[in-house]
Amino acid sequence: MAKALDLEELTRLYELMMTIEHRMKEIGEDFSYEKQVLENRLEHLRKPLLGELSPWEKVMIARHQKRPTALDLIPHLFDDYTEMHGDRYFGDDPAISGGIAWFGDEPVTVIAQQKGRNTKENIKRNFGMPNPEGYRKSLRLMKQAEKFGRTVICFVDTPGAYPGVGAEERGQAFAIANNLLEMSWLRVPIITIVIGEGGSGGALALGIGDRVYMLEHAIYSVISPDGAAALLWKDASLAEKAAELLKITAQDLFQYQIIDGIIPEPGVGAHFSLTDTAKQIRQHLSLAIAELHSCEIAELIEQRYEKFMKMVRFTESEQTIASSAKPSILV
Amino acid sequence: MKPGRDQGIYCPDCDGRVDREKLYHDWKMCPFCQYHFPLTADERLALTLDRDSFRPIAEGLLTEDCLQFPEYLDKIEQDRRKTNLQEAVLAGVGNIGGHEVVMAAMDTRFRMGSMGSVVGETIVRAIRYAHDTRLPLIVFSASGGARMQEGIFSLMQMGRTAMELGKFHRAGGLYISVLTHPTTGGVTASFAALGDIIIAEPRALIGFAGPRVIQQTIRQQLPEGFQRAEFLQDKGFLDLIVSRPALRETLLKLLNFHKGVRAIG
Ligand SMILES: [Zn+2]
Repeated sequence: MAKALDLEELTRLYELMMTIEHRMKEIGEDFSYEKQVLENRLEHLRKPLLGELSPWEKVMIARHQKRPTALDLIPHLFDDYTEMHGDRYFGDDPAISGGIAWFGDEPVTVIAQQKGRNTKENIKRNFGMPNPEGYRKSLRLMKQAEKFGRTVICFVDTPGAYPGVGAEERGQAFAIANNLLEMSWLRVPIITIVIGEGGSGGALALGIGDRVYMLEHAIYSVISPDGAAALLWKDASLAEKAAELLKITAQDLFQYQIIDGIIPEPGVGAHFSLTDTAKQIRQHLSLAIAELHSCEIAELIEQRYEKFMKMVRFTESEQTIASSAKPSILV
Repeated sequence: MKPGRDQGIYCPDCDGRVDREKLYHDWKMCPFCQYHFPLTADERLALTLDRDSFRPIAEGLLTEDCLQFPEYLDKIEQDRRKTNLQEAVLAGVGNIGGHEVVMAAMDTRFRMGSMGSVVGETIVRAIRYAHDTRLPLIVFSASGGARMQEGIFSLMQMGRTAMELGKFHRAGGLYISVLTHPTTGGVTASFAALGDIIIAEPRALIGFAGPRVIQQTIRQQLPEGFQRAEFLQDKGFLDLIVSRPALRETLLKLLNFHKGVRAIG
């Protein structure tokens, strides 16, 4: 069984480490014995705390109840966030919050997948798993942004698009596909930040960005590690192994050039300091917006296209293996 | 195989015993209940295109083990031998009643028709080819979803194919998407859902999430006929449901309507 990560304990130890570090600065040269003892302790703490987290530990952090959600971050990033509701076809999906806000002196469109922060809220927000109307609301707000020349900023945090009867009846696949196509050619800059879980097509439906960032311990995957383990080995408890194989960490995806940057998290994760996390996101947003604004829109769309077209891996051979050229006549 | 049974073919829908020879003369349909047995990509091309008119494009794309996923290339090799295909899709140019078209057909025998880089790239190249030659595009989808062993690169093929289709649609190209049994996951949620005209074969399973995943999530009985072509048409997502013997004629009719239409590059 994959081991659970005790985030509270991790946080407590991290605070202890900070205290020791602080204490060491106060100690003069004369107290070298005490200093050595503290240094020893520090070494023991540092490794598990600041050494690399395993992919599975990152999954636990990304999914943790205490992790800041988009609606926690938004007040620290924007002013006057004004939420807009509904897809104008069917309903309003609480798993996605969207609206207009000020980023500095510029109005932007914000679209955010939103998990609940407690059980009651999670039921309302369907654990951050959008229905088609959530994706259609997102697209409506993106088209609105396009009309008024607003930059679109998306926050991704979802286990995936909701696998439910109603979702299928209302065309989940069609809603996601449409978002992918429309985002590809949207005539305003798009910035996407994966702040927690980036679950499959349900995440990508907000993920066709000119800049795509991930928080340091966020994950982004074609299938959840649990789901992959169940499919591959008929055993969900092998999720830890699947998490490693699937290459879902920000560090892996940056190396593959799937994302454009990693936003550092404070201490042992974003939950450690909401304001520090927001500050880091704000810096990245400022920089990205400045860069994207200096670009002609036609050029921007061309670059968006070129960037995504590179996200493929195959080998091309002159020779063909199979005799696929000549289909056998059947009837 | 149930005990006491011979090696014959049994219809998955009505359990009737189907004579192999007859099946192949009957559009690969069950003589009792008209169940459409999945076609291989080769068979699909042969059934749809004018005789000997097919010329392949995007050949020679080889699957890469981009994540160093255990046993992945072995499985690819097995499926290559089993199917005589390089990957889960074939694409090329051919004629339907004299209309030149770009056509792609997926094959579920190969890794369940899942979409990895090669499938994505083949579809992208087919779209691009149709765009550049100003020909109509017809894609027959059949897929179990994502190619897990290619991780994020599998996911990104949804974006790439949708992106390329956006370009094609803007240029005024005609894209007919034909959904066959089964079409689920990332293929449904990208190029399969983005046709000007969307056709399905009768009773084809079409959806985003697979029925088993939905059942596990909601823990309720799924409605009768859920995610079948007729259900989707009833909900407003399919233009046409066409049984196999009438499919070529239907495509021909649709191509005739669009005779003057040419993508404008
Ligand atoms: Zn039958």
